[in-house]
Amino acid sequence: MNRSDLVEVIAKDKNIARRQAERAVNAVFGAIADAMHAGDRVEIRGFGSFTTRDREAYVGRNPRTGTQVKVPSKRLPFFRVGKDLKDRINGDD
Amino acid sequence: MTKADLVEAVYHRLDGFSKKESADIVESIFETMKETLSRGDKIKISGFGNFEVKHKNKRPGRNPQTGEQIIITERRVLKFKPSQVLKNALNV
Repeated sequence: MNRSDLVEVIAKDKNIARRQAERAVNAVFGAIADAMHAGDRVEIRGFGSFTTRDREAYVGRNPRTGTQVKVPSKRLPFFRVGKDLKDRINGDD
Repeated sequence: MTKADLVEAVYHRLDGFSKKESADIVESIFETMKETLSRGDKIKISGFGNFEVKHKNKRPGRNPQTGEQIIITERRVLKFKPSQVLKNALNV
């Protein structure tokens, strides 16, 4: 399932225009990304939570050439599955 | 941020929908994703990331509290792989 498949299902399920469903889907993922950009944690009960971790800059090496490269500090996204979804994926419910 | 904040974001982005309707739409989005993943199908959201169900075989493990050897049963786990677009977006 990709973004447009999801939009399609929502439009049918809620009986709304595809354009509206698309806006809603984009708003959801856009808002999650914005929150993570701000370093906020996003928790969706029963689905999971999105968090970020900040990584310090370090001096690495290009493994092919051995030259030193500076890797800048960065913020990375993480997802942790919620209990309800975890159990459903395992068929435990 | 919680689901209520996402409802708010959706509500502001749509025209002619009530808060309640926005909440139903957000609910439908996550429920659809949960059903899809429960079937073992993957979800690819371009510009955000992929959610994929992976199969894990059973393996020997240990209770870290007692040191007792146990078998970790086979299971299915959900992996999220963030897209490069999202990773870049977090750092601008």
